[in-house]
Amino acid sequence: MTLSPTFTQLDALESEAVHVMREVAGEFERPVLLFSGGKDSIVMLHLARKAFWPSPVPFTLMHVDTGHNFPEVIDYRDDVVERYGLRLVVASVQDAIDDGRVVERPDGSRNPLQTVPLLDGITQHRFDAVFGGGRRDEEKARAKERVFSLRDEFGQWDPRRQRPELWDLYNGRHKPGEHVRVFPLSNWTELDVWRYIEREEIDLPSIYYTHEREVFLRDGMWLAPGDWGGPRADEVLETRAVRYRTVGDMSCTGAVESVASTVADVIAEVAASRLTERGATRADDRASEAAMEDRKREGYF
Amino acid sequence: MTTAPGTTDLADETVVASERTADHTQRDLLRLATAGSVDDGKSTLIGRLLYDTKSVLADQLAAVERATAARGGGAVDLALLTDGLRSEREQGITIDVAYRYFSTATRAFVLADTPGHVQYTRNMVTGASTAELAIVLVDARKGVLEQTRRHATITALLGVPHVVLAVNKMDLVGFDEATFRSIADEFAAYAAQVGLDDVVAVPLSALDGDNVVERSARTPWYDGPTLLEHLEVVPVLRDPGTEAFRFPVQVVIRPRTSEHPDYRGYAGKIASGVVRVGDEVTVLPSGKSSVVTGIDTFDGPLDEAHAPRSVTLRLADDVDVARGDLVVPTGAQVTVAQELRGTVCWLAERRSVLGQRVLVRIGTRTVRALLREVDARLDVDGLVVERFTGVDTLHAVDATDTSSDAAPSALGLNAIGRVTLRLADAVPLDDYAEHRRTGGFLLVDPADGSTLAAGMVGATLLDRLAPQDDPADEADWLAGAGI
Ligand SMILES: Nc1nc2c(ncn2[C@@H]2O[C@H](COP(=O)(O)OP(=O)(O)O)[C@@H](O)[C@H]2O)c(=O)[nH]1
Repeated sequence: MTLSPTFTQLDALESEAVHVMREVAGEFERPVLLFSGGKDSIVMLHLARKAFWPSPVPFTLMHVDTGHNFPEVIDYRDDVVERYGLRLVVASVQDAIDDGRVVERPDGSRNPLQTVPLLDGITQHRFDAVFGGGRRDEEKARAKERVFSLRDEFGQWDPRRQRPELWDLYNGRHKPGEHVRVFPLSNWTELDVWRYIEREEIDLPSIYYTHEREVFLRDGMWLAPGDWGGPRADEVLETRAVRYRTVGDMSCTGAVESVASTVADVIAEVAASRLTERGATRADDRASEAAMEDRKREGYF
Repeated sequence: MTTAPGTTDLADETVVASERTADHTQRDLLRLATAGSVDDGKSTLIGRLLYDTKSVLADQLAAVERATAARGGGAVDLALLTDGLRSEREQGITIDVAYRYFSTATRAFVLADTPGHVQYTRNMVTGASTAELAIVLVDARKGVLEQTRRHATITALLGVPHVVLAVNKMDLVGFDEATFRSIADEFAAYAAQVGLDDVVAVPLSALDGDNVVERSARTPWYDGPTLLEHLEVVPVLRDPGTEAFRFPVQVVIRPRTSEHPDYRGYAGKIASGVVRVGDEVTVLPSGKSSVVTGIDTFDGPLDEAHAPRSVTLRLADDVDVARGDLVVPTGAQVTVAQELRGTVCWLAERRSVLGQRVLVRIGTRTVRALLREVDARLDVDGLVVERFTGVDTLHAVDATDTSSDAAPSALGLNAIGRVTLRLADAVPLDDYAEHRRTGGFLLVDPADGSTLAAGMVGATLLDRLAPQDDPADEADWLAGAGI
């Protein structure tokens, strides 16, 4: 048989994601790509550049800004916006707090506060398709999420209105005021994302790789100090070699101790940690990390 | 028998090493679906595949180990790994297709887990639509049941090319060869009837791991592959050389930038076959012909490209091409018609009504249509085809009366019927049996946008079971005789 030996799993995932993005461009009026500066949104942007080349990316970027950002991530964001001639809108949690649309929480975490500015941003700009970097392998509950996920005027997900998805025929019809969340990375795993970053030589914000940083320990996580409110008097700052596995609100995004300085190092670390981190302490670390991600997802996606 | 869960620390070390050293750049992707009746062991089998391929995240495994310990210990219950659906089932929430991911050094797998129960047909049709392989599970103690036949029928209907009959719980029948053979033979006979030609039967125990990943010492009489061995060698792609080229246009790329002022390309994913620079192609439905002058990608131009790669085609002439068009090789025999005869699986709670207005989504095109006729319905449980007299019903049916005796041909949730649709425009129609990637369509409700039905152009399976033009048989079919 003369099968194409060079069509690999990553080619298949890329081709599928590009197809999804082109479907959105063909069926929707005002698509937007949620861009956090995290690796999944960076991979989505890379795929969008590939999907429409040599045209520029036909989507607006929206950043939901918690106000507690890593400066490296904001620099990265501004740099790509400039380099690729993109349009960026910022939905600000701080503005929402100032307007009284949301109320600051006692624990200082702003992840749960992202929903309101996100939805207000979608309404204000009349976005009808919203790309997110969600993956089905992230947790059991996500395993059934559609690639095209219909949301009502309140951004809510109604299980009874989710449509069966067959072949590669995506149904994006929606009423005025409703929008569709679109997940082009649905079938990617975390390792796939990293291997794709390696293959495509995609630049990431520097905090994804090892660096020396002053951190303190809270709830089993290494947090970086900042004007959001850490460390408290009883928390000790120390310098450690760390990296971040996700980027988000500084108040609750923990660093992990790591010396991984290249994509290959990170892949080796991710491959090993998912397989062998079994010890009680490590498992607890992971559980709280997963819970943190869940909260982020509730608010964000 | 494989190592029991919980005692695999040594194995882990090996896998970590292979994760680091294996050449993942050569790994390909297989999509598969599973089907089984309740308690046949589907959750256990999927859990076993995830566990034995080390695709379980450490925190998930820890949670399952804790849950097992809380119930008094023993071997880890692998079914808990995929148990998100069980609680829903108990709460009566809509059961849905869930996707699972696992991989080996040579292949990554996307598994559509389609649970049984109320919405069974709908779920399995959805999961099977993208699958290259279906695992049909049976309990060795029970053998081939009505539900097994149903699973085989849907697999055939959706044109899934490869089937594995997983004869599970072999430990409960003493790994008896005769039991396995008789189940495999009975299934093979039925599979042949519905047109499934690649069926491999594997005797296994999902609970103990026999023949799932590791070869079992308890089935010395079995010399076939383990389940995973088979999953790793099944061809992922059909030989593109034998498949006709099809390219549904998604978007027209016109940058109009100073760098690319006159660029015009047609972006899409190759649905089937191969395209080469210099190929003569025809754009349907217009019928205009041209020559491929470029196959572009972000990473540079290609001389040829295969399905399912996403590319952008450039054509020699300034033909008018838009989203929804289908590019085919010049000279290909493709029907372009306003009448679509096909098979649909009804997915909505609301029943079909003859004469109802729908949207047909086929390829990248959406066209308005009327449901003119439903002339046969397939009962997947008994594999009986019920036929109706073919009435042109556009005027004859009271659309508000949905009681079953007033509209005997109405299709309810999960019903499979042979239909005729009248389309507003003539569109290219590929028969699903030969063109799985372009012959599928959706029926969409123009009012609220919901997906009403999954459709396939043509009616190979129903025609085989109930030939339309053979009135001599009609009395039998009407009397409800099976095959
Ligand atoms: N003896 C034996 N029991 C099994 C096997 N596979 C599954 N079971 C048991 O059968 C029951 C149903 O299994 P489960 O995976 O939940 O079935 P599902 O409803 O098809 O997902 C559970 O008690 C399992 O432990 C097997 O190979 N051998």
